[in-house]
Amino acid sequence: MKLLTENSGKTIAEKILSEHSSNKSVSPGEFIEADIDLVMVHEQIGGRIHKEYEKLELDKVWDPDKIFFILDHWVPAPSIEAAKMHQDCRKFAKKYKFKHDIGMDKGICHQVLPELGFARPGMLIVGSDSHTTTYGAFNCFSTGIGATDVSVVFATGKLWFMVPETQKFSLKGQLREKVMSKDLILQIIRDLSIGGAEYKSMEFHGDGVKSLSIDSRMTVSNMVVEAGAKSGIFIPDNKIVEWLKGRSISNYKLTMPDDNAVYIEEFNYDLSQIVPVVAKPPSPDNVVPVSELPEIKIDQAFLGSCTNGRLEDLRQAAQILKNKKIHPDVRLIVIPASQENYLKAIREG
Amino acid sequence: MKEIKGRVFLFGDNINTDDIIPHRYLILRDNGEIAKHVLENVRPDFVQNVRKGDIIVAGKNFGSGSSREEAVNVLKVLGIETVIAESFARIYFRNLINLGVPALKINDVKKKFSEGDILKISLKNEEIVNETKKVKIQMCKIPKFLVEILEAGGILNKIK
Repeated sequence: MKLLTENSGKTIAEKILSEHSSNKSVSPGEFIEADIDLVMVHEQIGGRIHKEYEKLELDKVWDPDKIFFILDHWVPAPSIEAAKMHQDCRKFAKKYKFKHDIGMDKGICHQVLPELGFARPGMLIVGSDSHTTTYGAFNCFSTGIGATDVSVVFATGKLWFMVPETQKFSLKGQLREKVMSKDLILQIIRDLSIGGAEYKSMEFHGDGVKSLSIDSRMTVSNMVVEAGAKSGIFIPDNKIVEWLKGRSISNYKLTMPDDNAVYIEEFNYDLSQIVPVVAKPPSPDNVVPVSELPEIKIDQAFLGSCTNGRLEDLRQAAQILKNKKIHPDVRLIVIPASQENYLKAIREG
Repeated sequence: MKEIKGRVFLFGDNINTDDIIPHRYLILRDNGEIAKHVLENVRPDFVQNVRKGDIIVAGKNFGSGSSREEAVNVLKVLGIETVIAESFARIYFRNLINLGVPALKINDVKKKFSEGDILKISLKNEEIVNETKKVKIQMCKIPKFLVEILEAGGILNKIK
């Protein structure tokens, strides 16, 4: 490990946390209080905290414009309890005048939030879901929080953090055909093991980043939490700028690490060497190449979720299945991650 | 802040939230009822033997798994007021502090503590005294605003 000196540069996580804290130059291990730019809440926590929040006897939230409220985990409500929770969420959102009460028709939180332009470079975002790390693909510091933390943000707009150490991942080359970024991140999780990034920020660098689409980067940032990471942030590049321009988003600050930033560990990955892999039960780090698996009868296949329901995933599946039929003993379930992805996929046929 | 005094219950590495409270009991909703099953798969006699003030001492990555706050609340129901571990899972660490339970990070716990040792902990003096082994253990500095959260008995009391 390199020694930290006063002149040491900062990683992306350290820079974003510095800019959101009263201490303008934070270091790993330090406890800080930071201003939150946006909090994402879905019904599993929203339905639970409304009673707790009422107990605080506050007649408002800190900023109704900075709350992204969505119903996406039980859609449509599969039980009476879930329907009641949805109802409580709607009343809660209305009472406190949440500006961005998204409802249940747009799709999965981690896909819809960036699509609607709420994830912009340099932001500090928290969410009531462990995969909130997804917005690292957009150069945000974003991480998951629990119910009490959500109440605290609603009341004060601030949260305490321990500034994480950063691991640097340098990517080079390009993924081969039919190899996807899910294979890359599973390989990384296998190499690190489940606790290998505990309380750390993962930072993705190198020419290899440029070859990854925004969809691919989102899958990587989404999964970093499976290695225990607090966030997984990509170096911003032209692809991000173009993506934001395409959605008429202009107010953001691209955050680059300093050249002399201090990393606790550094790893190198050649994307051209990554092969298709599978994580076997019971753990996401129990990863083996597909080629090493014995023949296993498949009862059901699922394509979707916040990790793999994007257009790129649907395209790849369509390419493989083209002119073929699903075996009669197999159920294939496809759920696009958002309405936007679904409509685009329909248009592409 | 008041001193904490209690006996050590020693655990190994990677005790996850499902070990602390198996998921199937969460449906009971009442924390008192749920708490009857704390750590039952890891140590079936735990709930029977634990007393108010007792201290959990664990190895690495304590509390990994789910973000459910019940996994902290049930420990509070049993009277556990402190958790010491070599490292904590991130969200569990937040949940402990936010709900007013000191989470102390100490290295090499097996060398410093044995099952049943009596500890006296003073957060104010940042010191743990192992009365059984007659040694003092320095703890890392706890920042002022975290002490304020713990003193208030949790972060929601602090912002009220």
